[in-house]
Amino acid sequence: MRHLVDITDFSVQEIDDMLRLSEDIIDDRAKYAEAMHGKKLATLFFEPSTRTRLSFEAAMMELGGNVLGFSSSDSSSAAKGESVSDTIRTVGCYADVIAMRHPKEGAPMAAIKHSTVPIINAGDGGHNHPTQTLTDLLTIKREKGRLNDLVVGLCGDLKFGRTVHSLINALARYSGIQFVLISPPELKIPDYIKRMLTDNGFRWREVESLDEVMPDLDVLYMTRVQKERFFNEADYVRLKDSYILTPEKLKQAKKDMIVMHPLPRVNEISVKVDDDPRACYFRQVENGKFVRMALILTLMGEVE
Amino acid sequence: MNIDSIHSGIVLDHITAGRAMQIYRYLNLDELDCPVAIIKNVRSGKQGKKDIIKIDAAIDIDLDVLGYIDPGITVNIVRDDKVVGKEKLHLPEKLTNVITCKNPRCITSIEQEIDQVFKLADPARGVYKCAYCEAEKK
Repeated sequence: MRHLVDITDFSVQEIDDMLRLSEDIIDDRAKYAEAMHGKKLATLFFEPSTRTRLSFEAAMMELGGNVLGFSSSDSSSAAKGESVSDTIRTVGCYADVIAMRHPKEGAPMAAIKHSTVPIINAGDGGHNHPTQTLTDLLTIKREKGRLNDLVVGLCGDLKFGRTVHSLINALARYSGIQFVLISPPELKIPDYIKRMLTDNGFRWREVESLDEVMPDLDVLYMTRVQKERFFNEADYVRLKDSYILTPEKLKQAKKDMIVMHPLPRVNEISVKVDDDPRACYFRQVENGKFVRMALILTLMGEVE
Repeated sequence: MNIDSIHSGIVLDHITAGRAMQIYRYLNLDELDCPVAIIKNVRSGKQGKKDIIKIDAAIDIDLDVLGYIDPGITVNIVRDDKVVGKEKLHLPEKLTNVITCKNPRCITSIEQEIDQVFKLADPARGVYKCAYCEAEKK
């Protein structure tokens, strides 16, 4: 039985297969409309996240399956003090596959120990969010036609941004990627990631100004400075507006650069950018549903 | 200072000076009935100073714990007054319930019954990572 706890649980070949399956689903949705008929997905969200939960539920419904679950720990037995492990064992009696989000880092690793059904990590605190990474990889592949030989700029909160950490780890398994890390000094990427990039021979640089690197980028990945990751309100207020993307800034960018964002955004991308063809964050959202469909099929062993 | 040599048991040699008591506690040697000698600050050609622990009983020792605390230790096995085996230690690949994760956001901070598992992430720097949240511990 397979689970998806960390993006590196799957080999590059397996991820490429899953991205191909996603594209096949996009091309012929009718072919997969009953693939999960009679199966149930449980969405266990111990921490609220409307978009990820809805994406999973829409994915399962488009495969002809059903969904059940809860959307906050207040409405689950976790509020009564039940362990994650016991919740998972119980839900495994009702559902065929589980997507879980939990505020504690490593919760899905604890969950798989006793699970009788595949577990999908839908986010564990500030740690991992592998289905967002699959979404990002599918988006880059569809928009740029490749996952190698790209200059990828990551901008904003690179310290706490789990989507950024996971995406770098995933892209570091492809060749010819140059990383440009754009953040204020307080929100720089952790040293262990820089060490990993250096050890694996990747070119990377760290800058504070988005403007100076804009013309070089093939991909610009914007992130939100997340309030829930700060212990201190004053630090959050001071840093939240650090980098804002506007149409003026985009003028310096390549004509075929793409702007990505895991969403939700606060104000780091001006709404005036939305109509620019390079802005692909809403297409990215839709890709998230397709890649989750491919993931469910893969974990359920429904792939030829 | 004279300390009797042991008949059958274990001698932990080349302990980094000052660490003998930490090892005594980690290996729960206070629970033993047999003679146990802790010798501190012994002169050593290689280390300058070292500690030694002698245990006069053939007990099982968790070499993983020992390797984590002080990988330079030599474990001498003594039978009938003779050293019959020597083991060099190394940093273990995995530690279970030896150290605890201090990350307040880690699942191990609330999920009581799960093991505390750390994996060796960087042997050169002696860095371990929590198997759940990947927080580092040196």
